Amino acid sequence: MTPLTATVQGIGFWANGLPDWAAARAYVLGAARVDGAPARPSPQLLAPNERRRAPDTVALALDVALAACEAAGRAPQDLPSIFASTHGDLGITDYMCSTLAENPRAVSPTRFHNSVHNAAAGYWTIGAGCTQSTTALSAYDATFAEGLIEALVQLHAGQDAVLLVGYDGHAGGPLGPIARSEGLLGGALVLSSEAHANAPRISVDIVPLTVEPGHGRLTQLAGRNAMAPMLPLFEALALGGGDVVLQSGQNRAVRVRISVPSPAAHGAPVAAGALDG
Amino acid sequence: MHFASSPQGSPEPRRPLAIRPLSITAYTATTALGRGRAAQLDALRARRGGLRPNDFGDDRLDCWIGRVDGLESDPLPAPLAHWDCRNNRLAWLALHQDGMFEAVNAARERFGADRVAIVLGTSTASIGASEEAYARLEDGADGQPTFPADLQRPIVHTPHSLGDFVQHATGLRGPCVTVATACSSSAKVFAQAARLIAAGLADAALVGGVDTLCGSVLFGFNSLGLVSQAPCKPFDAARDGLSLGEAGGFALLERTEGAPGLSLRGYGESSDAHHMSAPHPEGLGARLAMGDALARAGLSPADIDYLNLHGTATPANDTIEAQAVATLFPDTLHASSTKGWTGHTLGAAGIVESVVALLALEHGVLPGILNSAERDGACGPQIQFDNAERTIRYAMNNSFGFGGNNCSLVFAA
Repeated sequence: MTPLTATVQGIGFWANGLPDWAAARAYVLGAARVDGAPARPSPQLLAPNERRRAPDTVALALDVALAACEAAGRAPQDLPSIFASTHGDLGITDYMCSTLAENPRAVSPTRFHNSVHNAAAGYWTIGAGCTQSTTALSAYDATFAEGLIEALVQLHAGQDAVLLVGYDGHAGGPLGPIARSEGLLGGALVLSSEAHANAPRISVDIVPLTVEPGHGRLTQLAGRNAMAPMLPLFEALALGGGDVVLQSGQNRAVRVRISVPSPAAHGAPVAAGALDG
Repeated sequence: MHFASSPQGSPEPRRPLAIRPLSITAYTATTALGRGRAAQLDALRARRGGLRPNDFGDDRLDCWIGRVDGLESDPLPAPLAHWDCRNNRLAWLALHQDGMFEAVNAARERFGADRVAIVLGTSTASIGASEEAYARLEDGADGQPTFPADLQRPIVHTPHSLGDFVQHATGLRGPCVTVATACSSSAKVFAQAARLIAAGLADAALVGGVDTLCGSVLFGFNSLGLVSQAPCKPFDAARDGLSLGEAGGFALLERTEGAPGLSLRGYGESSDAHHMSAPHPEGLGARLAMGDALARAGLSPADIDYLNLHGTATPANDTIEAQAVATLFPDTLHASSTKGWTGHTLGAAGIVESVVALLALEHGVLPGILNSAERDGACGPQIQFDNAERTIRYAMNNSFGFGGNNCSLVFAA
């Protein structure tokens, strides 16, 4: 296949103790976690009362999505979006299954409509006033890799720019030992077709490889979250380039080659914190 | 939870580029009407519905359901027992109708296993297995409630249960994704598969969807006050809600050089940007999805002969959808909802109703609407209660989901 290419125009990130991409990037480069970071994001796209009531995974996904759009200088309403999550909101799954076992007629209508896998995608498009397409997908441990592929084929099909969000939450209750996902972890990329000065370009293809789990600093911190397979890409973006492989099946991996244009080639100095958002 | 949509005027017209047709070389559906295409076609032609009084589970809501017979007594073969659950049993059953399994094997041989993608839709996947585990919790070694040993299989407690099962059942090794956008899921799979093939990541794709009855959807839709106590009556003035159903279906899409024959011609996807569980009052997202599907097909509204509507029989959906259809299409269109036959099969509705559209193209059977007698005042002349038979060229299918997630597809004979 011909590699698919895109520009990483904006990045959003959230992990426990790393409440934004600047903190995550600094952490990869050796800094400490942020003291007193909030336990959960407060998504500014929602009205204040809705920020508190939103399910954890919705708050998480909307926070990193908005951060990526702001870093890219893109209006959220203009972008088609892809929401990739291994499990969706495990807290709501635990609630639904517990309630159905105890008193099925007591199921909350709000919790029910928040139980759909596209809950974050729905709240995002509603909050942003976005009528563009949005999707919600899962591919187990290949979820982020397949989400990245869908983002790139949307660009190939003619979109100017797309928003990709990867996120997973905490597994609790009897489902906890089965689903095995800890904490909140989210990452978002605004990917565009056109090159931009100082913004990394990615070139992506499929290679026959079995990938070992990552072992970088972000993986050491958040490796027990189900979205951890995305972390090697964010570590490489923080380090400024390189090749990354993301597992996407048996003997099948998505290879991402990151290149950052040199300042001389564009005749402009690298803006400080160009990737910070 | 509710918040108002942000202020906005009419969206700027978007004009997606026309796409290359993709041949549909095999397709099938299994619903409450029976197993395979012939069962669907016969029931549509004879206007024989598949709904029955609710006999699912122990605590039975007073409603009608579209249930697939035989799933309880037909476990997966031993090598696939790791994925055994009601949803994957229905996937396996549907995959073995109409020569679909053989067609997939042939595609794997012809293109290579890593050149055939799997893109499947579901709303709740196999959450019925998780519900069962919670109903049968045991005391674990640490004193905490624990899943029974036979359900300690992580893959059946996650949305990708469906895609992972079909990947192992077919031996395909291309991109494999489960799309879960509620009731638009298995319509959107056609769009995603078309993009994968266009970008060169696959030469063919197995698309489809499966959703099975479970407590989450029965009691969930009931909590929203959207379930009728009678068989659902789409577009009837006295309709009072939906009937839930279960179904599975598949289609094989292939890149083609020659005349495409039965084929996918266009897709349109949009968001309402309005509410999590209520449609946009002016059908904004529905109109955008239908318009984009027509643009990608290079067709105008007058070219469409048959439109399978989302038509859930909830008071809100049908009024808004009928108005959107009346705005966009000429009076000559034959539009109908077939949910009176099958019930609303949620994440499988996209594939089931695409199969209805493909049957209309192949056999000239244009279904009307079952169970309905008195037309809603919002219905334009496009909404047809009676069946018709005539040869047609183009058909469209609408599937809309929670979160305001819309998808329209255009097929050609």
